Amino acid sequence: MSAGLDVTPPVLSVRGLSVRFLMPGGRRVAAVTDARFDVAPGECLALIGESGCGKSVLASALLGLLPGNARTAGSALLGGLDLLTADERTLARTVRGRLIGLVPQSPAAHLTPVRTVRSQLEETVAALTATRGRAALRAAAEAAAERAAFPADHLDRHPHQLSGGLAQRAATALALVGDAPLLLADEPTTGLDRDLVDRTADELRRHVDEPGEGGRGRALLMITHDLAAAERIADRVAVMYAGRIVELADAAAFFGSPGPRHPYSRGLLQALPDRAFTPIPGMPPELGDLPDGCAFAARCDRATDACAAPPPPGTVACHHPHVPEDVRA
Amino acid sequence: MLELRSITAGYARNAPVVRDVSLTVAPGESVGLLGPSGCGKSTLARVAALLHRPDSGTLLLDGEPVRRWRHRAPREKRTAFGVVFQQARLSADPRLPLTDLIAEPLRATGRGDEVPGRIAELAPVVGLTSDLLTRRPHEVSDGQLQRACLARALVLRPRLLVCDEMTAMLDASTAAALVAAVEDYRAATGAALLAVGHDRTLLRRWCDRTVAWDSLI
Repeated sequence: MSAGLDVTPPVLSVRGLSVRFLMPGGRRVAAVTDARFDVAPGECLALIGESGCGKSVLASALLGLLPGNARTAGSALLGGLDLLTADERTLARTVRGRLIGLVPQSPAAHLTPVRTVRSQLEETVAALTATRGRAALRAAAEAAAERAAFPADHLDRHPHQLSGGLAQRAATALALVGDAPLLLADEPTTGLDRDLVDRTADELRRHVDEPGEGGRGRALLMITHDLAAAERIADRVAVMYAGRIVELADAAAFFGSPGPRHPYSRGLLQALPDRAFTPIPGMPPELGDLPDGCAFAARCDRATDACAAPPPPGTVACHHPHVPEDVRA
Repeated sequence: MLELRSITAGYARNAPVVRDVSLTVAPGESVGLLGPSGCGKSTLARVAALLHRPDSGTLLLDGEPVRRWRHRAPREKRTAFGVVFQQARLSADPRLPLTDLIAEPLRATGRGDEVPGRIAELAPVVGLTSDLLTRRPHEVSDGQLQRACLARALVLRPRLLVCDEMTAMLDASTAAALVAAVEDYRAATGAALLAVGHDRTLLRRWCDRTVAWDSLI
C-alpha cells in the first residue's frame, strides 16, 4: 500500500508526537521524540524495537494513560479527535474501548481473576453497546466470544482455568466488543510459544481484514519486539530506537529484499537465530541522557563525524543509510 | 555428566507433569530441550537443577546419585549448577542493586571476599555497564535485568548451566547477546548446557543436539 495512491484517510495520524517525563531534580527523560506515522483502515503497522525504547510509552500516550509527570507535544488524530489534548472524560467515554480496542500484553493479568469470562464479556457489552436485557446480553457476549474464536464451552471458566492462548482470545474478544476502528496490540505475543504466536498473530490479522462498520477494515497498531510475528502479519514496519522512529518501511521490502536501510534495523534483523545470530554491539543509550546527534552512532559501524549532528528527517533517520546498491554488493 | 533416569515429577499427588523421562547431558555438551508451553519441560529443568524433588527416578551427577534436593542438597552439588529463568523480574529480589544480585551466590557460600573481582570480570562478559550495576531491578529494562541474572548464574563458575526459556521475553539483539555470553563462558570453561525452550530455530542454532519433548515420552 503506497502512501501516495492511498485515498482513504488514515484511521490514526500521528505527527510530531513527543513524550517527556519530568523527574525529580529537574531531569527530563525523552521517552518518545517526534514520532510521525499513519495507520490506514485495513492496515497493520508493526512498531518494533528493543525493550525500553519507548514503544509502550507511545501506546500509553495514545490511550491517555501516561503518569502525571509526563508532558506530551505534537498531535495524534483519530477521526477528528486529538488524543493528546482530549480530556479524561472524553477519553473514558468515547475513546477507550470505543475508538481504540486494546489487546493487552499479558491477558491473564488483564482479566479479572474472580469472575468468569462470560460475566466480563457481558459487562463489557453492556458498557460499550446499547444492548440491554439479560438474554440479549448473553447472546451478544456469545457472539463476541465467537468473533475472537473463543470456544463457547469455556465461557463459564475463570481466567486461571484458561491456557495462555485462550486467555489471549478472551482479551481479544473484549477488545473487539466496542467495534473500534483502531486496534492497539501491546506485545500481544510475549511469552507464548511459536505455534501460539502464529495463531494469535493470524487472528489479529483476520480482525484487520474483516470489514468493520462502514465496510472498511480495522486498523491495527501492533507494538512488539517479536520480529517473526511482525513479519507474519504487518503491512508496514516502524522501527523505534531510543524514542525515535528511525525507519518506516514496507514490510515485504523490510523483511525480504532489499532489506532494511537503517543500520539499526539491519542489526536487529541480523540478530535473529535464522539469520546471522550476532547481537548489535553495546547497549541502547539512556533515555535521560541522549546524545545531540544520532543516538545509534555509538553502536554503529557506519558512523562518521557527520553522525554528531541530528539525522535528517524522512523515512530513514540516518546519515549513512544502506542503499539498494549496497545490498547487491 | 548429568543423567536423568526415568524421572517422574509433578506438584500434586497422582498427577505427575513429567512421566518416566530420561535425558543425558555429557560433559561440555549443549542439549536443547524443545517442547510447547505447558508440556512439563520447565519442571524437568527444575529437577535437573536440583530445584524440584522428583516423585521417582534417579538423577546422577558425575555418576553419583543425588539424594537430597533444594536447600538440603550438599553445597558442592548445588553450586555445580547455574540457572537462568524465563522471567527475570520474578527471579530477582527487587530490593537488591544488580551488584548484590550478582554477588548473592558468592556471599551465600561464604566467598564474599571474591565479590569485587568477580563483578569486575563478569560485568563486561554479560554487557553491563558500571552505572547499571548500582541500580535496583525496577530501574532497568527486562533485557538488562536478564543480563544480571545470567551473571548471577555464572558467578560460581558452574559446571552445568540450565537456561529455562532464557530469551523468551527478550528482543532479538539482547537474545543473541546473551546466547553469545553463554557460549563464550562454555568455550572458556567447558561447562555443559541444558537449554529449555519452544523456539526450534533458536535451539537448533544454539545447541549441539536438540531433543524434542515428544521423543522423550
